[in-house]
Amino acid sequence: MDQLVIAGKTFSSRLIVGTGKYSSPAVMVRAHEASGADMVTVAVRRVNLSDRSKESLLDFIDTGKYFLLPNTAGCYTADEAVRTARLGREAGLSNWIKLEVIGDERTLFPDNTALIEATRTLVAEGFIVLPYTTDDPVVCRKLEDAGASAVMPLGAPIGSGLGIQNVNNLRIIREFSRVPMIVDAGVGTASDAALAMELGADAVLMNTAIAGAEDPVAMAEAMKLAVRAGRLAYLSGRIPRKMYATASSPVEGLVGR
Amino acid sequence: MKITLNGESFELAGPLTVSALLAQLSIDARRVAVEHNLAVLKRATFDSIEVRDGDEIEVVNFVGGG
Repeated sequence: MDQLVIAGKTFSSRLIVGTGKYSSPAVMVRAHEASGADMVTVAVRRVNLSDRSKESLLDFIDTGKYFLLPNTAGCYTADEAVRTARLGREAGLSNWIKLEVIGDERTLFPDNTALIEATRTLVAEGFIVLPYTTDDPVVCRKLEDAGASAVMPLGAPIGSGLGIQNVNNLRIIREFSRVPMIVDAGVGTASDAALAMELGADAVLMNTAIAGAEDPVAMAEAMKLAVRAGRLAYLSGRIPRKMYATASSPVEGLVGR
Repeated sequence: MKITLNGESFELAGPLTVSALLAQLSIDARRVAVEHNLAVLKRATFDSIEVRDGDEIEVVNFVGGG
């Protein structure tokens, strides 16, 4: 069976979803269910000390069903990211981390130099590191050499919904990588996710595309189907692209000829 | 006794364990991670690590994110 394997752990779904930006916890729960995902990302933030009545995210996520992947979102230095990762490990149930070291506030593009350094540090501390990075094959190779268990190149800026910006780079990254490639960020609609999988991505990670849709539950189902369709198409060996036509029906035996 | 808790100044009657501090704040210890003077604490040490005057404590939990 064609299953996603990262760092020796098997996942039944190739769609990974976030827990942010939902209009309500109830919608989030239904969207997760519709997506078929078995891994979800979470952020690590200070407890709200002044408002203790607020329910916690973990009240709504069945950790028996979903594998939690803490992220280091909002970290702008390797030190901040490492610190957040260590806290995430203690708060959570595993040593897995989605590593983000942001280099620019407007684009949320990663600071790849700091990212590679943080990857090295965390791998040495026993973390399973999944770094969010750019669609740069050289950076992805460096991350892999630093011990990352997967590489997660962006399709487009986080939350932009622009879809895959550099199709050929992602194909190259997939070809060169010896670890799974997960397209993370920028997906807008189902065809973007299908395209990522057709390029050979091992999985797709998204948050805004689902949470921000008018009907997140329906979009989550669309994404589930898109990821499956794209993966199946990838495995099916597509036809080559040609400049001109090649008829599908026979040329001989036409009446009147 | 004064500490810095999640970036803000916080008054305490006296030294206490991390477990006791979390209980005082009505925080479920199983849902959080704690940093004590920049060191991330293992949950098993909450009962033994003591919070003293001038300490910097960070208490974090998981929230929604991408």
